[in-house]
Amino acid sequence: MIEFHIEARSGVAPYMQLVHQVRQALRLGLLSEGDRLPKVKDVAAKVAINPNTVLKAYRQLENEGLVSPKPGVGTFVTGTLGDMPRSEHEPLRQELQRWLARARGAGLDEESIEALFLNTFRSSTEEEK
Amino acid sequence: MTAIIEARGLGKRYGRRQALSDCTLSVPAGRVVGLVGPNGAGKSTLLQLACGMLTPTSGSIEVLGERPASSTAQMARVGFVAQDTPTYAALSIADHLCLGAKLNPRWDAALAERRIQQLGLDPAQRAGRLSGGQRAQLALTLAVAKRPDLLLLDEPVAALDPLARRGFLQSLMEFVAETEATVVLSSHLVSDLERVCDHLIVLAASRVQAVGEIDDLLATHFRLTTARREADSLPAGMQVVQADHTDRQSTFVVRADATVDDPSWVMEPLALEDLVLSYMTRAGAAGADHRPVLETQR
Repeated sequence: MIEFHIEARSGVAPYMQLVHQVRQALRLGLLSEGDRLPKVKDVAAKVAINPNTVLKAYRQLENEGLVSPKPGVGTFVTGTLGDMPRSEHEPLRQELQRWLARARGAGLDEESIEALFLNTFRSSTEEEK
Repeated sequence: MTAIIEARGLGKRYGRRQALSDCTLSVPAGRVVGLVGPNGAGKSTLLQLACGMLTPTSGSIEVLGERPASSTAQMARVGFVAQDTPTYAALSIADHLCLGAKLNPRWDAALAERRIQQLGLDPAQRAGRLSGGQRAQLALTLAVAKRPDLLLLDEPVAALDPLARRGFLQSLMEFVAETEATVVLSSHLVSDLERVCDHLIVLAASRVQAVGEIDDLLATHFRLTTARREADSLPAGMQVVQADHTDRQSTFVVRADATVDDPSWVMEPLALEDLVLSYMTRAGAAGADHRPVLETQR
């Protein structure tokens, strides 16, 4: 079983914080298929958040295919985050590093590089949707 | 969707002072509603109108489909915890529970006893000897054991230290999860409200300034920073809540359906606290304009 927490000053909507924490637990192997998520009532009482927020997070995770509810029993992990093994990150990292060197060489400062990356990242994820 | 509270043009006047004006709102079932606003904005007045302790001087309010406190059956379905969570100092906790059982037709004795036990309180202890946090929890226990469909709480956590405050909100959220009751609570602490509420009412200068689901409010309010320009030069569809100008820069808080990309400005999401403050500031500025008029009336 995992425990949730809410960071009030993070600027991230509380329900998204819960979604992130479940995804993170999946990546870290703290949760795996068949595990039960904490009951909505227990999360609401423990974290002092609105039960509707917990429900919204669980629905979001359900839409992502990561969990599914069994009425009267609870919400169970059904999916895994198919992340590639860390070793396969390396070539991608090297490519990104070469790109960063080119951007710096072109005279972009750190903030411009970050903005360019984030904008491209956002528009490409939107296109995929 | 059924409305639990339905107010139309609701107003309350105390002698010459208008405590609440032209309040029209509808609270849907199953929500936890935050009522936020500066002191004297009319928060307590609105809550007391909703539980029937006050009667309106204009407009109307319906709670659970009836006029507040119009029948004992209706009163049994509404719980109210007044400011500073009052209890009877000379009575013990057990006395309070006994009183609750005798006065409330839907009293849940098992729930009340379980909660007192969970809180680690001694039933023989007098309420006057409890700490602020314990007293608030006792008042909440009484209100919750009544099994209300609507629970109204006036600044329940204002006087509590952070630990007691968290404990109180935990208990409150547990109650909401168990019963799916509708809750309206007033508070100054926007961070607490953001945590526990899904609906918000901003009250200032005796009027409702903004109302809606918190997620919707956050999705439709932005801070827009641009070179100095007048508010009326902004695109139609952008409603300006607040405008600040320096000699070369203008900062607006706007209400809009979505961000509008324009190379000449930066449009960012707004934190709930800033959103609330901008409505309060606007109401405060409007109030300041009216003040000289009020003085000449005297």
